[in-house]
Amino acid sequence: MTGPVLEHLGEMKMELGPAHETAHPWRRGEADGIVWLALDCEGTGTNTVSEAVIAALETELEALEQDTPRALVIRSAKENGFAAGADIDSFADLSDAGAAELLRRGHAVLDRLTALGCPTVAVVHGAALGAGFELALACDWRIAVDGASFGFPEVNLGLHPGLGGTFRLTGLIDPLEAMTLMLTGKTAHTGKAKSLGIADVVTEERHVRAAIDAIIDGKVDRDGPGLKARAFQVDQARRLAAQRMHRETEKKAPQEHYPAPHALIDIWEEHGDDPDKMQSAEIESFAHLLGTDTSRNLRRVFFLRQGLKENAKGKDGIHYVHVIGAGEMGAEIAAWAAIRGKRVTLGDVDLKPLGKAVKAASALCKDTHLSAVETRDVLDRLMPDPNGYGLKNADLVIEAAPEDPDLKEKIYADAGERMKKGAILASNTSSLRLADLAKGAPDPSCFAGLHFFNPVSKMQLVEVVRHDSTDPDVAERLSAFCGTLDRLPVPVSDYPGFLVNRALTPYLMEAMVLIDEGVSQEVIDTAAMRFGMPMGPVALADQVGLDICLHVAESLKGALDKPMPEISPRLRGKVEAGQTGKKAGQGFYDWSKGTPRPDSEDSGPGDLTDRLILPMLDACMECLRKNVARNADEVDGAMIFATGFAPFRGGPMHYAEARGHDDIRTALQALADRHGDRFAPDPGWTDD
Amino acid sequence: MTRPVYLVDGARTPFLKAEGKPGPFTPVDLAVQCGRPLLARQPFDRHIFDLVILGCVNVIADEMNPARVAALRLGMGEEMVAFTVQTNCGSGMQSIDTAFRYIQDGTHEMILAGGTEALSHAPLVLRQEAVEWMGALRAAKSPMQRAKAAAGIKPHYLKPVVGLERGLTDPITELNMGQTAEVLAHRFDIDRKTADAYAMESHHRLAHAQSEGWLNDEVMPAFDRDGAAYDHDTGVRPDSDMAGLAKPKPAFEPPFGKVTAGNASQITDGASWVIVASEEAVEAHGLTPMARIVDSEWAALDPSVMGLGPVLCSTPLAQRNGLGVADVDLWELNEAFAAQVLSCLAAWQDADFCRDVLGLEEAFGQIDRDDLNVDGGAISLGHPVGTSGNRIVLHLANAMQRRGDVKGIATECIGGGLGGAMLLEAT
Repeated sequence: MTGPVLEHLGEMKMELGPAHETAHPWRRGEADGIVWLALDCEGTGTNTVSEAVIAALETELEALEQDTPRALVIRSAKENGFAAGADIDSFADLSDAGAAELLRRGHAVLDRLTALGCPTVAVVHGAALGAGFELALACDWRIAVDGASFGFPEVNLGLHPGLGGTFRLTGLIDPLEAMTLMLTGKTAHTGKAKSLGIADVVTEERHVRAAIDAIIDGKVDRDGPGLKARAFQVDQARRLAAQRMHRETEKKAPQEHYPAPHALIDIWEEHGDDPDKMQSAEIESFAHLLGTDTSRNLRRVFFLRQGLKENAKGKDGIHYVHVIGAGEMGAEIAAWAAIRGKRVTLGDVDLKPLGKAVKAASALCKDTHLSAVETRDVLDRLMPDPNGYGLKNADLVIEAAPEDPDLKEKIYADAGERMKKGAILASNTSSLRLADLAKGAPDPSCFAGLHFFNPVSKMQLVEVVRHDSTDPDVAERLSAFCGTLDRLPVPVSDYPGFLVNRALTPYLMEAMVLIDEGVSQEVIDTAAMRFGMPMGPVALADQVGLDICLHVAESLKGALDKPMPEISPRLRGKVEAGQTGKKAGQGFYDWSKGTPRPDSEDSGPGDLTDRLILPMLDACMECLRKNVARNADEVDGAMIFATGFAPFRGGPMHYAEARGHDDIRTALQALADRHGDRFAPDPGWTDD
Repeated sequence: MTRPVYLVDGARTPFLKAEGKPGPFTPVDLAVQCGRPLLARQPFDRHIFDLVILGCVNVIADEMNPARVAALRLGMGEEMVAFTVQTNCGSGMQSIDTAFRYIQDGTHEMILAGGTEALSHAPLVLRQEAVEWMGALRAAKSPMQRAKAAAGIKPHYLKPVVGLERGLTDPITELNMGQTAEVLAHRFDIDRKTADAYAMESHHRLAHAQSEGWLNDEVMPAFDRDGAAYDHDTGVRPDSDMAGLAKPKPAFEPPFGKVTAGNASQITDGASWVIVASEEAVEAHGLTPMARIVDSEWAALDPSVMGLGPVLCSTPLAQRNGLGVADVDLWELNEAFAAQVLSCLAAWQDADFCRDVLGLEEAFGQIDRDDLNVDGGAISLGHPVGTSGNRIVLHLANAMQRRGDVKGIATECIGGGLGGAMLLEAT
């Protein structure tokens, strides 16, 4: 709602008690014998629990220990939530030796908070993540304002909780649930947080004051730790549970690449019955993990994401979106845009795919945990539009038609007659050159590529492709549009396959050459997964769609100077037989029973991994040298967020850097000598 | 102050025959399904409407004031005033009439007026005895009292009442709507065969209009969450014939009655909207009106012969505007029942009836079947009660444009003993 009444009243009226006067990082106020501390970090909209925040809390606690009030309330003064976690920027400065000492000091402050001789109440609205969650856990009580969420995302940074989370959460709730939260990095939303026992009270912002009074007056009950929690006081029980956790974790995060979750399991297994020992072990382990390559690289991935998000700043000025083509991609782009609040029309000449698109959108709403009312609103915003009525209203028209230049030209001619002035036309093409398509566009300066990856709702990257006459403002608006869709835009220039497909295609095609040479697809995929890919190249090709892969490969083959692997006759055969991969239920793998999970003991030919990975790196270098992408960080971000390139390696260019450009060049040259010119190292490798 | 008022555009959903279980759409879902494309094809912003009026008879509990719910779901903005009207089968025309008068008097410029109904969603209602039993149970305090109250249940309490049946029964005369048609068939000597022949023609006309594409601008495809797309009125039977129509037994007064499921309107779900605008609004937004709304009239009569409602309202409407039967180029007379439509036609040709009831000096005259319900009607496409009055006005405007007609009347009989009529003129 954006009407004048709510505009006047404001989005929300926050209950800050007497702590209304601005101060940093803690606003303090006292009334009725209750002290309020409201966290308000300076110069940012989001609280982080920095060293300064902890130090200032220590000062407050010193005073409170001298003159203890009836109760202490801790909350955030920021509208957007409680606290996002620790200050990740500062992690880099924490040297291995200094880290443990600094952590011990932080722990001591939270221990003092826990020991304070009066009830302490954390009021949480929005997200309490990482160190923010740990701060809330150090209080006696937690009030969750509806919409609050709690989580430990540390594992995504190659770490585990480090400010007391491990022993406080396993001590508070069912230890298995606690471990699951910490191992998966998932957040517990309000209802779940209540049922787990993280939140003692769930209420609305307007009743926060009354809820605090109820707690202080002893009117709120809570269950003690259950039978199950006590059972895990027994070493044997923890040992068995830990073994199972290791096994489950190994499947998704092998210890070799991802040590943190395994370290966390070990800590709990060893010390789950002794909070003091667990606390010490947590500190030691966290300090150690900070120094691992995995954590460094995963923190790098975090900053790569921030960097791409920066590209999405600014206003998109796009309220109405019209998508042309209700195929799989068009339908999901439309559904996702509607979920993210855009008014969307989805055009297609056929009613059948439009119906399917509505069904798919409804399923996507379910997958994204939308409520019945939210789902209704999404489906209301998403209008199937067989008559193309939406074209004239759209601020952005996204063409997601089949990859046929003549068809697209016709579509552009029709759209041009109906689109309003200044509206942007963007193509989701993955294989055609924009410069060619632009000739048919109504206004080439308002024409660009907007290349989504499949599935749109999961793959975070979008390539925003400029051709020579794309207005820079148009490209920026498209990037901002990606931001409103919660996607990460990477600006690239018009080049065969743009960035991602240019880099990915040799990898996929080489895998098929290997199959033709007699290496089994399971061996190939296992090698790639051992390198750290979430999925091997053969399974990935199936998932992308073999027809699309073939189309991209053919168009790249004709357009690039560099030789590409020969297109496997097997691939053509599959496409001709309609076995196009996941969507058909059968490609190289049988998908009828879900995603294939190849696992092979055989490690294949000695140069197998390099044969797969190095051509991808080489293409990335080529794109950098030719300014297809702006810098190595964006290349790394793009490859990680579009293809899942082994995140713990920090991206292809970062991996190349770590391995050494000389080594990459030499290895490529050796492959070229053995297997042909397609491996010839790019001139870019010799630059350093 | 009276200003010219125009019908600018309109659209409806396909009418979906009830299949014995709740259909895919609630009343507001239906209104949204056809409202979205209608608003999307306008050259103006959807926020500029002054008002939304929606007719709906069977409002469901989740959608109180469906007009307002629909307006918000259509993205017309939180500041959109909206109200719902209910005059039974006249609801969808009442919304247009109210819009017409508000604009005519100068207080409004542009109004979205519609009708919606999901008869397949009509609830099963608890018997009054069952409600009282539950109340007693709830009021019981001690376990003994509760046990005693619980024991008071009788098996027939649990037999639900079909809400739709009650809704289609006149509460004053206790006559079902079908029975009122039987009364008219008897009074005007309409036999089963004539009624069946009328019904067959209705199906053939609708099928023809569908195949000619005459409904393409009027009927917007609807899409449900299970992926089904509905692009046409599903009750149509293009191959309807006399042998087939002779089969069904009398539905309301067996075994001797003449009104059957075959020659009565169908139970369906559907919604319809029209955009009503002032001359200023038409000019300001560069719109091309479909027709001008000239005048309207409502009339009332004994509920047991409610089917003659169209005669009682249309005749004074025509007369007031100086029109004889030959001056009206096209009629949409809602087909509640074949016998009821035929009785109206008979009444207009009956000099005694016209003299005694309508105060005419002679019979009003014969309406040519070629100028009446030319593209079928409620018998072939169904009668979602709150919607039909809107649909006949919309379709009248569309058919007049296609045929090049100058004057047309849309009229309907209304359960409870009313009739409504609206006069359109080509622009």
